[in-house]
Amino acid sequence: MATAISILPSQQLATLNDAYREAVARKRLKATVATAVFCAALFIAALGAEVNLHTFFTYFGNFLSYFDRILTLDSGARVWTDPLEWFWGLKKWLRLLGETLLISYVGTLTGAVFAFMLNFFAAQNTSPGPWVRFIIRRLLEFARTVPGIVFALIFVIAFGLGPMAGVLAIAIHTTGALGKLFAEIVENADMKPVEGIRSTGASWLSCMRFAILPQVSAGYASYALLRFEINVREASVMGFVGAGGIGQELVVAIRKFYYSDVSAILVTIIVTVFIIDISTGWLRGRLFGKETRR
Amino acid sequence: MSQMPKPDTAELRGKYPGVFERPASARLAMPAMIAAALAIFVYGLVDLDFSPTKLITGMSQLGWITMMMIPPNPGSSFPLYMQALGETLSIALLGTTLAALFALPVSLLAARNIIPSNLIRFPVRRFLDSIRGVDTLIWALVWINVVGLGPFAGVLAIMVSDFGAFGKLFSEAIEAADRKQVEGIRASGGNALHEIRFGLLPQVLPVIAGQVLYFIESNTRSATIIGIVGAGGIGLQLAEQIRVLEWQKVSFLIQMILIAVAAIDFISSKLRFAIIGQRAVA
Repeated sequence: MATAISILPSQQLATLNDAYREAVARKRLKATVATAVFCAALFIAALGAEVNLHTFFTYFGNFLSYFDRILTLDSGARVWTDPLEWFWGLKKWLRLLGETLLISYVGTLTGAVFAFMLNFFAAQNTSPGPWVRFIIRRLLEFARTVPGIVFALIFVIAFGLGPMAGVLAIAIHTTGALGKLFAEIVENADMKPVEGIRSTGASWLSCMRFAILPQVSAGYASYALLRFEINVREASVMGFVGAGGIGQELVVAIRKFYYSDVSAILVTIIVTVFIIDISTGWLRGRLFGKETRR
Repeated sequence: MSQMPKPDTAELRGKYPGVFERPASARLAMPAMIAAALAIFVYGLVDLDFSPTKLITGMSQLGWITMMMIPPNPGSSFPLYMQALGETLSIALLGTTLAALFALPVSLLAARNIIPSNLIRFPVRRFLDSIRGVDTLIWALVWINVVGLGPFAGVLAIMVSDFGAFGKLFSEAIEAADRKQVEGIRASGGNALHEIRFGLLPQVLPVIAGQVLYFIESNTRSATIIGIVGAGGIGLQLAEQIRVLEWQKVSFLIQMILIAVAAIDFISSKLRFAIIGQRAVA
């Protein structure tokens, strides 16, 4: 079937074409200006960060050869030819990894409990008063904006070297992060049950317990598990500042150029992180499969 | 008003045994899980050398430190700190941008709708995963070994660790893109590159731009801490001042970080709204 395409009279077409061209030109101009501003910002940033392309190109070979070296044993053989020699310290590393996992577990649980206690005050729909809400919100914000490792640095001085500083640092950071997420879940909760329970004359506490909590507990657990995953990574570097875990061993190996140890420890960390990610993912899927997937 | 008939409990019990007598396993699952969680917690406390005395002395120390922090005071090093903050922001901006540039082509390789073959996609994905498994701080230590102390090592560290994250996020954005535009380009005779340029990129770029902005935001935080291991920026100053116990300077530096992060948050959320539009965010 032939369809006739009607072409507009040239005058009408010209105005339309002009309008189109003008719109495109305006868009292009905007994009060009944005790109130029961005490039200028990048250039200033490059000056500020002392980027030296010469150094980069001279040493980029070092970066590759670094991986070559960490994959070579002292005897000169490749690491995977002699796994026993490569993982000579596996027992010690596994113990430290266990410590790392415990640090993140205890830190996450403590942080989750504090976040749980604070989040009802921070959520808009359940907070007893705007002042309380404001103060709690600022507190949580502070706890999550200051990086965990900065807390760890300070705690190492206050509590002494050791895993305790790491646990407390992670707990504070987790309180801040989870407190916000928990409060958001509560803000999304249905308020009708609360009205129902309040109409029976119940106190604020009972309203939270019987109306809000049943709606939100699955979301809480899901976020806490996710946070645990993140905290395992975080705990693996806590040792850099002396706050316990495998990080201490890693930083020593890197600084003292024990090349094959670096790769062995990295491999154990990566494998552990994988296992934790997969198992918490599985656990979340099993526990709250339908609620979390939207 | 009519009275509701009394429910026949026995009959209901017979009909819905699951409601009235939940199996013991279902009733005990929750308490058992809580008990197990608590047991691990207590074991952790013991294993990690927690003790009430340590906690109390530490708390009093911490209280003392907090007292010493007030009021925040930079002393005479304010210009130095401003410069360090600038360095941190530069590290975040540059590292994130470079990571995005490098990650874009690689993410195409990891996207299912571009590379249907598992043979390429699987190794690329595992490669990105292992990069992400290593913390930014570790990358910073490695780069310090390679290019020496200084902010440049920080840029490279952020670049590498974000490369892993971007590779994954971008490939997900690409997989979520609509097929129809691509088919349209192919129908009008475009080749594979045209399909990507005119069919995919216009859909994907706004999403990617939003993610990059978000990462610049979160990298401002990362960039503050990589200085702790010597990779430049404000973290270096912070770690030094903590080590020499100059608490007033420490609190001033922390304040600077908080303000800078809040400012970047504000700017980037404004920009993100402008790029993706209100609709996509809501």
